[in-house]
This record gives sequence, structure tokens and C-alpha cells, in this order.
Amino acid sequence: MTKIILKDIPDLHKIDVYEANGGYQSIRKAIKEMSPDDVTNVVKSSNLRGRGGACFPTGLKWTFMPKQTEKPKYLCCNGDESEPGSFKDREIFEKNPHQFIEGTLLACYAMGIKAAYVYIRGEYFKWINLLQDALDDAYKKGYVGKNILGSDFSTDIYIHRGAGAYICGEESALMNSVEGKRGYPRVKPPFPAANGLWGCPTTINNIETLATVPEIIKNGAEWFTQIGAPKHPGTLLFGVSGHVNKPGVYELPTGTPLMTIINDVCGGVLGGKKIKMVIPGGSSMPPLTPEECLTAKMDNESLKEFGSSIGTAGVMVMNEDTDLLKVLIRIAKFYYHESCGQCTPCREGTGWLLRILKRIDAGHGRISDLDLLTSVALNIEGNTICALGDAAAWPVKWTIKKFRADFEACVSKDDVDVPVLNKVHSMR
Amino acid sequence: MSLFNEEELKKVEEIKSHYPQSQAALLPVLWMVQEKEGWISEDSMKYVGDLLKVSYEHILGVVTFYTMFNKQPRGKFHLQICTNVSCMLRGGYDLYKYASEKLGINNNETTKDGLFTIEEVECLGSCGTAPMIQVNNKEYYENLTVESFGKLIEDFKNSH
Repeated sequence: MTKIILKDIPDLHKIDVYEANGGYQSIRKAIKEMSPDDVTNVVKSSNLRGRGGACFPTGLKWTFMPKQTEKPKYLCCNGDESEPGSFKDREIFEKNPHQFIEGTLLACYAMGIKAAYVYIRGEYFKWINLLQDALDDAYKKGYVGKNILGSDFSTDIYIHRGAGAYICGEESALMNSVEGKRGYPRVKPPFPAANGLWGCPTTINNIETLATVPEIIKNGAEWFTQIGAPKHPGTLLFGVSGHVNKPGVYELPTGTPLMTIINDVCGGVLGGKKIKMVIPGGSSMPPLTPEECLTAKMDNESLKEFGSSIGTAGVMVMNEDTDLLKVLIRIAKFYYHESCGQCTPCREGTGWLLRILKRIDAGHGRISDLDLLTSVALNIEGNTICALGDAAAWPVKWTIKKFRADFEACVSKDDVDVPVLNKVHSMR
Repeated sequence: MSLFNEEELKKVEEIKSHYPQSQAALLPVLWMVQEKEGWISEDSMKYVGDLLKVSYEHILGVVTFYTMFNKQPRGKFHLQICTNVSCMLRGGYDLYKYASEKLGINNNETTKDGLFTIEEVECLGSCGTAPMIQVNNKEYYENLTVESFGKLIEDFKNSH
């Protein structure tokens, strides 16, 4: 089985072990034999797509950076990893930090960047220290800093610790956070490649995306396109959690059947129970029904068939005993807590979703509440500066759509009356 | 007020050198303050404002935006219990209820002896080892049960 990042090599996190296994050869090759455009072109033809959730083609993103500019250019490496169900980047910091550092160097070389900021969520204290240790070793050996490997290519890499805000995983909020501001997403356009950190051209890439790049440079674009699903090639670090016997992070080719992951890789559903629902890519992604799980393949194109997406590949498995109303309340609570408050539909709408769901849980729900929830979700979706609004709306909209019978069982069949609507107001 | 000693001031200068503007050093410097004081007071914010040439109002806005910055003192052991979906499925709320009952405090409250604060927190990116808690924004304690969590609390008490 092809493994690109989490290879079965003991102590790979140590720089000498990484070097002994071909580490830092890709950046050497790039500096000695390739132009910056060559590097971008290889990444582009590899069809590598971003691992942060949006699946945007990485090489294409790199070409958006202006070539002729007086301004300094920046790279932000997104290790905010706060989407519930996602815990893959910490695995990279722990098991193979140098491959991520090398990928960052390649991105900097390709785009002419002299400073990269690695934004890591504040809770990852341990992993920030692990990456800092790796970075110190890379500096000592001359892989990072001035005149890398004796060339005229120089770049610095700095770690920037977040402080507990999910929204800072959104690229423009991340940049504001690096600048020492509240993590408010920015209105786009202008896009970061034109106007990013301190108004300068900036690219933001996910940690896993960057960690994949050295292997693409080493083995070639064609090698990469042969792995996994043709339209979304490579491997993904699947973080499997919830009701499975062996939860954890597993690197598998894109397009791996979901049931292979649950049954063969993770040892089946906990207690030998049946599946109730699976969220395939972090809590914002539309869920899958047990029937859909049977045929679902884990790549972005295949999951579109079920109205869902691969997201961060954080697979949350729930068995037949799971109370979906409680799950949806917990998800709604998260997005309500994490909404930055800039846009009215998200700030107010996430609160409405939570309050209506809680009212149902308290036994005061009406059948029309299910349509009310969907209506609120539809009024958030697409009406906000950033995708947090969508992330809050999708699970509510899709879970009710796909599991309507479960929710109907929680509410009274009577129609809503005015006093009840008033009661929603008073529950603020 | 002089919060930082010479060595710490040197560290601030080093952090500032990472960025083209000193305001960008705000989050790392606020982390230094919290590390030293346990929380971030109004006086500390003013001190940092003078240090980085950033207004107190801006800093107040930043401190209140980020959940991990403590706006008031916390107990010696700040138990941050994840109850998000993956932890919830594996008993995260059992841990929370247990701690709340055992210590006699609710969310964001501190025991009278100042030893423990409990807080229900959002996903900590430890879903494969759920349920779990973080203590004092640092160590993760993973794959917990109510029993092992109870022992952990006892260990903290005894280590005090």
C-alpha cells in the first residue's frame, strides 16, 4: 500500500533518519535542476488538490501569485485543524515534520517567498514544540534560512500559535490572526494572492498538502496521478473516530471504499452494532445514511453523488444507538460558539438553529420546526463572508433531509402556533 | 509596571523580528503574559500595548476574541473537557458531569480552594483517542474513562 506521508519508518521525525531515507533531496533537486516554474508545473500536472477541505488544485493556486512585484510575498501553512473530527495534521508534526518543512521550502522556492508562517492551533502545545524542534534542526543543517544549500535561495519559516478560534482556519481570518488582530474573515475579492498578509501577495496551503509535495517532486507528477481516484489523486490521512473498534489516523489512497475503512482498517463498528450515520469529512460535511455508506468511495468526486464532500477526511462513525438530535445539537452548538459575529445570517442564524433544536429536545417541538430549521439554514447558506455559515447550515439541512423520520419521531404532529413561536424568542 | 524581565524582553524583540510589523507579535506576547501570570489582566494588556505600540482597546478586542486567553484567573488545574461529537460519542459528557459533581462546580467555575477550574471546550483534535481532556492549555490526557479521570483528579490534588 502506497504511503506518502506516514511511512512505516521508525524515528522518521528525526532529521538524520529523514535524510537517510531520501529526505531533503527534493529541495536539493529543485534548487540544482529546476526553475521555480518547473516546480509549480510539476505540482500542477500532478493534480494535487488541497487537503484542507476545499480540494482546490494546489499548482493552480500557486500560479495566482504575481511574478513581477516589488512587495514581499508570503506563505501561510494552515495547521489550525479545528474542524471537529479532524486530527491529521498533528500526526504529521509528530511523525514526519521534516517532510512538511521540505514541502514548505519547495512552495517558497516555486513562488519566490522569503517568509512562511506556520499557523498552528493554540491547543497543540505539544505539537508546536515538536515542530519547533524539527525546525531548529533544519535551520542548523542549512535547509532553512539564508542561502539554502549554498544557493541564493533564502527563506525563513516561523511558527505562529493560535489561541482557540475555529474561524482562524479560514484563510483570511488566519492572516488577520497572524497580523495580531481578531480572526475576522476578510471580504473577497481581493484574494490573498493579490492582497494577503500586510497587503502583500500571499498563498495559504494546508499542512498535509505541503507535506505531499516533496514526494511529487521526487517521483514525478505522473507517479502521483496513478495513486487513488483519477480526479482527486494521492493519499489522504483519514482520521476515523466515534463508534469503531480501532479509531485513529490512517493513510489510504483517495477513493478507498468507506466500508473498507470502517470494517477492514478500523476493525468494524464498536460492539458489532449497525451503522446509523457517518459524517465523512469533519462535522460540517453532509452525513451519509447506512445505505449510502455501502457504496461510498472516499474522494471528493465520488461523495458528490451523495451531496457530500471529503472535507478534511475526518470520518465520524455513529452506531444504531446514537441519538441524532443530540448529535445535531452538539454540532449546532459548536458553530454557534465559533461564529465570529461579523455577518448577521451566521451570527443570528446559528443561535436560532441551536435554540430550535434545543426546544425539540425539551419536548416542545412541532413538525413545522423541521421546515423552520431548514429555512433558517437556507438563509445562512451563501449569505456570509466566509464558509463558516455554510458549515453551520449544511449538517442541519442535510441531516434533517436524510434522516427526517428520526426527527419527526422527536416532535409533535401538531402545527406550530403563535405562542410557541413567541416562546422561541423568550429562549434567547 | 514592568511585567517582563530582561530575558523576556529580549524574547519579545526576537519575536518581533519575525514580522514586518510589531502588532503581529501580539498573540505570541500575550501567550508569554498568560504563561507567566496565568491570565491576562487589564494592566498586562496596557503593558503589552506600550511594548508593541498597540492600543489597549485593540488588545482588549483580541483577548476577548480568542477562547484560550484567560480573562480572569483560573484554578491551578484548569480541566478543559472536550464534549464535541467524537468525544460525546465515547463518553465526553460523562467526564464533564463527573468532574462537575465531584468538584461541585459548573462550567467556567473554580473550586473555593483555587485548585480546579472546569471548562467544557470544543474539539481539541484528539478524536481518535476520545474522550479526552487538556489541562492548563498544555498536556493532553487521552482515552479516559470516568475511573481514570477520577484518579487523574486525585493525582492532581495530591501533587499540590
